[in-house]
Amino acid sequence: MKLERRRLLAAGIVTAAGAVFGAGALAQAKERVIRVTARKFVFLPREIRLKKGVPVVLEFVTADVVMGFNAPDFKVRADIIPGQVARVRLVPDKTGTFVFLCDIFCGEGHEGMSGQIHVVA
Amino acid sequence: MQQSIDRRQFLKLAGLGGVVFASGLAGGAKLAGAAQDDFYFIQLSDTHWGFNGPVVNPDAGGTLQKAVAAVNSLNFEPDFIVFTGDLTHTTDDPKERRRRLGEFRDIVKGLKNKNVRFLAGEHDAALDNGQAWREFFGPSFYSFDHKGVHFVALDNVSDPAARIGDQQLVWLKLDLAKQAADARIVVFAHRPLFDLYPQWDWATRDGAQAIDLLMPHKNVTVFYGHIHQEHHQMTGHIAHHSAKSLIFPLPAPGSQPKREPIRWDPAQPYRGLGFRGVDAEVQEADYEITEYPVRTA
Repeated sequence: MKLERRRLLAAGIVTAAGAVFGAGALAQAKERVIRVTARKFVFLPREIRLKKGVPVVLEFVTADVVMGFNAPDFKVRADIIPGQVARVRLVPDKTGTFVFLCDIFCGEGHEGMSGQIHVVA
Repeated sequence: MQQSIDRRQFLKLAGLGGVVFASGLAGGAKLAGAAQDDFYFIQLSDTHWGFNGPVVNPDAGGTLQKAVAAVNSLNFEPDFIVFTGDLTHTTDDPKERRRRLGEFRDIVKGLKNKNVRFLAGEHDAALDNGQAWREFFGPSFYSFDHKGVHFVALDNVSDPAARIGDQQLVWLKLDLAKQAADARIVVFAHRPLFDLYPQWDWATRDGAQAIDLLMPHKNVTVFYGHIHQEHHQMTGHIAHHSAKSLIFPLPAPGSQPKREPIRWDPAQPYRGLGFRGVDAEVQEADYEITEYPVRTA
């Protein structure tokens, strides 16, 4: 009886947890994920196209050394560490073309390492 | 709070083909026991020794020497000379980095005035946290006093993420604590301490913390480099003056999509390059800045 109750309780907890995390996963699933690879001395892709007001998750990986992602116009940045995935959630609040850049000095070509975010209505 | 200085209010043409800029600092208290006298110093910046790009500077191997000769030929003997970083152009090769730093040091030994101070730039220091630079030039942040003015040299480049860092900020706080609120303070740095244009990496990530530490002091002026052009801006009562480069000029902040060097104009060689003299009139607490071309037309 006790065992059965525990099983039920456990199942209930799992169900509840599943509901919570499931809802979260559902919310996450609604957000577009764009994967960006940073390597000396480019971001791939260099051009990111977004819609105003539509959330997006940018996922960054680096193929070699520590890099940085910085989009000053949206006040978002992240360190991109080798072996890790850096995530930045961005909800563009304006339209236009905006610069993003590597803001961690990474080598001889660092100063040219940038890209553009295009936001349309 | 930031506001552009009204250049018409301050700029005037001066002799030697340069421009004099008066930063308009208010007067400060005289330090007990400190020598008070007018003085003059020279700021050179962004020499990028080792740069190779004939389209933007076909005399990359000779501009620094010309600047040394120009400083030596000034009618006024400076009290000291300061280089505000990017002495060398970056290289991934540690041996080559040291070779460039050594060549730079040997060339500037030709300066008649031997009281020379150095700061690092990210091109010198960011790839090895300033290790090679310190081998040649010593500590990368320091302070000194000269004729009643307290000078502080900050390092906002040895961290590749462009941070001054907590350790140095604590040092700065302790250093400033020894200064009266109305002491005359001059700060040297390579990068701007304020967000001039982060889209082009013209900022210091924790620069606002340094400015916060400086704000209680009434008489603070910052001289920096990095942006390869003359620029003057206030953050509150603190004046920030960037210097020209001695390798290639860069466009005005945000004036074009990309931060690309301005091409060499054969009709106007060395245009946009130069160094500055700063005339510190202590009694009136004004700093007159004179911009010099490498070569006069």
